[in-house]
Amino acid sequence: MNTVEAIDADELRDLYRELILDHARKPRHFGKLESATHAAQGINPLCGDKLHLYLQLENDVIRDASFEGSGCAISVASASLLTDTVIGMKTDDAIHWFDQVTDRLTNESANSDFDIGKLQALEGVREFPSRVKCATLAWHALHSAIEQRSTPASTE
Amino acid sequence: MSQVQPFTTNALLDVSGDFPVLDQEVHGRPLVYLDSAASAQQPAAVIDTVAAYHRNDHANVHRGVHTLSERATEAYEGARDKIQAFINANSRREIVLTSGTTESINLVAQSYCRPQLKPGNKVLITQLEHHSNFVPWQLVCEQTGADLLIAPIDRRGQLDLERLQELMTEDVFLLAVGHVSNALGTVNPIQDIVGWAKQRDIKVLVDGAQGVPHMAIDVADIGCDFYAFSGHKMFGPTGTGVLYGREALLDDMPPWQGGGDMILEVRLDGTVFNDLPYKFEAGTPNISGVIGLGAAIDYLNAIGMDRIAAHEHVLLEYMMGKLSDVDGVRLIGTAESKTSVQSFMLGDIHPHDLGTILDHQGVAIRTGHHCAMPVMDFFEIPGTARASLAIYNSSDDVDRLIAAVEKARHIFA
Repeated sequence: MNTVEAIDADELRDLYRELILDHARKPRHFGKLESATHAAQGINPLCGDKLHLYLQLENDVIRDASFEGSGCAISVASASLLTDTVIGMKTDDAIHWFDQVTDRLTNESANSDFDIGKLQALEGVREFPSRVKCATLAWHALHSAIEQRSTPASTE
Repeated sequence: MSQVQPFTTNALLDVSGDFPVLDQEVHGRPLVYLDSAASAQQPAAVIDTVAAYHRNDHANVHRGVHTLSERATEAYEGARDKIQAFINANSRREIVLTSGTTESINLVAQSYCRPQLKPGNKVLITQLEHHSNFVPWQLVCEQTGADLLIAPIDRRGQLDLERLQELMTEDVFLLAVGHVSNALGTVNPIQDIVGWAKQRDIKVLVDGAQGVPHMAIDVADIGCDFYAFSGHKMFGPTGTGVLYGREALLDDMPPWQGGGDMILEVRLDGTVFNDLPYKFEAGTPNISGVIGLGAAIDYLNAIGMDRIAAHEHVLLEYMMGKLSDVDGVRLIGTAESKTSVQSFMLGDIHPHDLGTILDHQGVAIRTGHHCAMPVMDFFEIPGTARASLAIYNSSDDVDRLIAAVEKARHIFA
């Protein structure tokens, strides 16, 4: 049996925060939404991450949201946090959140005036360029679903 | 040349010092490179040969009467001769230089198969194939109305050889099969497979991208019609590849692309094509890359392919044993005959999370579907973590891998 080294890499801990691991293990709003009015698929060809995002829109308000699919801890946690966040939100606000969140996950010097709440837990991906797409995939799918695009969203 | 250690009783080589890129730290730890099946590193002998060519000899080949052009041509064509000898082809006319395995296979699909395939004909491949030995056949079958048959695999990641033989009916025009699976490391019994195909007069293309770096290849012995491989998986530069083809078949095939160098005479009313192999080499080739590939072959020959195979065999056994001792590890690909590659899963941790954690400890592995989605579909997994070995790896590298996997298990516990 090998001795397990102490977890000394802060960056790794920063990426795999407890909140992320919790949402990855127990994703919220997971499954198909029967009452969905809008849906989109997100595909990350590099990883093979694939998810379906479902929205129930009523008068431009997201009444309900869910997702299903398979992916890494980061993409599943991100989708789970997304659904938690956008339920009850106006679509215009959700698009604003899309802009803010994708900016914060990709841009070191992003404006942090806007409070992205629990989604701050995903900011660790900035140090992992190959994983940024995992974290933004669900958000791209959200954008597509609201705009009702017919082709799958891709992070490419 | 290389500072190869004497052949030791435990059969392990010690040549990592020949590879400058390995001498570095990644995230504060010495780099352990276990992704050679994706692309192998280059020894100083290759890097220096390419640099010296650029410094001293560069010019276009087959064109000039001046000294540099003659030197470049001699070095480039010299590499072709080395390749011919390395795989024991009958003639240098059978060595077509390409950009890689992918182009080699597409060349056969489009120049050999497309003009001859008719609706109702069949092309036979297997579920073990890399996308580059999958998609070109899907395309040519769509273009011609031919049917694509896919031979199945078993739970160990081996071809179902009985089923494969049953699928080899008279209306199969060509069988395209990998020598070694890139995702699982399975070594197919290629001579038997070619033998069965020949009995039924089926042409055979072998995707040798993962075969050539790990074992001595003798195309005459294998008996196949085409054998495709890449330079960068055998310690040469990227953008180089080879299509070996039987001369009689290549002779009858139309050109792959049109352009300079592939012609004897161009007139307003038509063109006379060049001889083999130049008929298939339109445009200025990857001169420095091919010369570098020649240096890689010299390097491999100096060590000896049998010693390389022995080294990798010992190390693979060690790695498989160590990995299966880790709690929660499931090995994917446990064929009886394997080389240099082990795919695995760790509990329900997604391979990409595993890859990131390992990278953070300086251990480079490949994660994902390995351009073999049909294999992943068979095992009903999105992808695997894949550690692949080469001549420069050691048992210490395997120990570092295991420690890193243990750490990932700990983080996700």
